[in-house]
Amino acid sequence: MSAHRYLIRGAAPLGGDPTDLLLADGVIAATGAEAAAQAGDAQVVDAAGLVVLPGLVDLHTHLREPGREDAETVLSGTRAAAVGGFTCVHAMANTQPVADTAGVVEQVWRLGRDAGWVDVRPVGAVTVGLAGERLAELGAMADSAARVRVFSDDGVCVSDPVLMRRALEYVKAFDGVVAQHAQEPRLTEGAVMNEGVVSAELGLTGWPAVAEESIVARDVLLAEHVGSRVHICHLSTAGSVDIVRWAKSRGIQVTAEVTPHHLVLTDEIVRGYDPQFKVNPPLRTAEDVAAVRAGLADGTIDIVATDHAPHPVEDKDCEFDAAAFGMTGLETALSVVISSMVLADDVDFGWADVARTMSAAPAAIGRVADQGRPLAVGEPAHVTLVDPDARWTVVPRELRTASDNTPFAGRELPGRVVATFYGGRATVLDGVPQERTA
Amino acid sequence: MRHLLSAHDLSREEAVLILDTAAAMAATQQREMKKLPPLRGKTVVNLFFEDSTRTRISFEAAAKRLSADVINFSAKGSSVSKGESLKDTAQTLQAMGADAVVIRHAASGAPHRLATSGWIDAPVINAGDGKHQHPTQALLDAYTMRRHLRGEDAIGSDLAGFRVLVVGDVLHSRVARSNVDLLHTLGAHVTLVAPPTLLPVGVGTWPCEVSYDLDAAVAARPDAIMMLRVQRERMSSAGGGFFPSPQEYSRKYGLDGARLRALGPDALVMHPGPMNRGLEISAEAADSAQAVILEQVTNGVAVRMAVLYLLLAGADDRAGVSTPELVKDSV
Ligand SMILES: [Zn+2]
Repeated sequence: MSAHRYLIRGAAPLGGDPTDLLLADGVIAATGAEAAAQAGDAQVVDAAGLVVLPGLVDLHTHLREPGREDAETVLSGTRAAAVGGFTCVHAMANTQPVADTAGVVEQVWRLGRDAGWVDVRPVGAVTVGLAGERLAELGAMADSAARVRVFSDDGVCVSDPVLMRRALEYVKAFDGVVAQHAQEPRLTEGAVMNEGVVSAELGLTGWPAVAEESIVARDVLLAEHVGSRVHICHLSTAGSVDIVRWAKSRGIQVTAEVTPHHLVLTDEIVRGYDPQFKVNPPLRTAEDVAAVRAGLADGTIDIVATDHAPHPVEDKDCEFDAAAFGMTGLETALSVVISSMVLADDVDFGWADVARTMSAAPAAIGRVADQGRPLAVGEPAHVTLVDPDARWTVVPRELRTASDNTPFAGRELPGRVVATFYGGRATVLDGVPQERTA
Repeated sequence: MRHLLSAHDLSREEAVLILDTAAAMAATQQREMKKLPPLRGKTVVNLFFEDSTRTRISFEAAAKRLSADVINFSAKGSSVSKGESLKDTAQTLQAMGADAVVIRHAASGAPHRLATSGWIDAPVINAGDGKHQHPTQALLDAYTMRRHLRGEDAIGSDLAGFRVLVVGDVLHSRVARSNVDLLHTLGAHVTLVAPPTLLPVGVGTWPCEVSYDLDAAVAARPDAIMMLRVQRERMSSAGGGFFPSPQEYSRKYGLDGARLRALGPDALVMHPGPMNRGLEISAEAADSAQAVILEQVTNGVAVRMAVLYLLLAGADDRAGVSTPELVKDSV
């Protein structure tokens, strides 16, 4: 890393007073006047007008490898992540084969390390094959080179209450957390969109809010009972916000995430039957969107996580019922958060909140010690530069992810990632991914 | 109107035009020589991803009586599990030069996808999609009601002031959705009657009333009652069934002799077919003098002729209500 020396000039840390940062030897070596004084032959990055954030951390990324390399690979997904400002992603376990053994999580971890774009932290499956019948070898995954701390059957709910209780208890031994995909399966058989006014008109089978809320309620109570921490994936309803708020007020160790798409899109957009808007959990109502935005602003919802879910064209180019669930998100997440939260008048949400919800808190939940750190001397040089005034239009083919299923195609979004530094190496400069030279 | 995807898309004027055109078509069907020339050289494809012999035959008869060539394309078994087939099939039809596609599909929104995804240029007519819409069924129902309730004054009129009950499995019914939309557009007052388990969450925003009590709704003496088909398997599906038993359903929501008498002799008895005699409708009601169930079938051909004509032949010279005259002139 010693070859990588960058003097970032005039960037505003968390939107505050502009300063200089010297990145050297993989750490933030100096700030303020000291940075230029010690810069030597460092490459100068003019960051006037840019906001500098700690590198973003995603707790919920589907990299699809192994098994669905036609949708994404660890290489293509992590390069997209870097372009989106991320320096760490958690790779979800619903691959083929499922990441339910030390062997698979180590494979994914090595693929991430070899790709070199971001820190890839594999998520381990809670149950063997995501089948919901018996615990996977959680301890072996925790002890592996991948040092797994987040366990999830995401895509499937751990619906058996006894199994969920055991998982919550078991991961305490290595300070792990169970990330629950909260979806009561019986209430959502055949469900493809939010159940409500729109589904009634469209004749599409509804996914009711109660199917999420009943699991969230059960799991916070289980977490309280056994003294474990639990994380709620992609929380999407107003009722879930209320339950998590109540649970936190009781001191229950619950954390929750919201996706960028649930911050802006509603089920009204499904009226055109375009499968690009088919996602699980589904897009909800305007009231739900208002509630999750308020919950993110007041800290009830701890983090934004992308649920980046790439799919090949043929899985979306079909009837709504037949299409796959999911949307890409790594390259649009920060812009959507800027648009829906930072620039919004109705919530109080600044750059420090962006850093908290998209870097520090997800790193803390995932127990990633060297990510999500403050922008201070001696800290790891995971740094993202954002142009807050730039606007750009989403063109699916121009995104770096291998799949085109963004719900924001054609939209103009604010804020653009100009540069990303991962461990002091510039993975993105001028918005362009930088291949490793050596 | 480029496609017919949903009854919801029709304005009052468009709906009345279709009904008036259907009346003109029906008049020609009284003649010995039933075939009309306006779609000569056009190819209509019946693309059926779901079995429905009745609807397919009705569209086929309608197209043939307008002198169109008809290709029946049955794609059953290749529906939702292999979604790509819809796109491939559409592009195949496009390559074959289809001038209109009549599509029936188990997936709600499939006709909408066909019409808006750029896979095909031809007009798309929805012949029933999942739990969503079946607009020609609603049109033939409205046509049947208008003919009986307006009589000689039918041409140019809507259904303002009429009261219609739609009874049964609203949750899974494209017929109910289409009828609520179209009857509302035409000024009728609709009451849906069903057990709460067979009404969708969100029904409260529909332009109609909702009742759980068939006897009370019948006592209000509606002008027409439409009984929806109830599939027996609904009783045993997920969650222990939507109702406890066929007997209980029939007792509470079936049109039996007592309810038929309570309706009075002037109320039209309707059913989109096929009927479950003894479940949602008794033989006495189905075979009564006030039942217009077979006439609905007959009117279906005229209504579908009108829709095909307006989408395919009427595109150039359509000028409001003069179209029925054009049809007469061309004979
Ligand atoms: Zn999930």
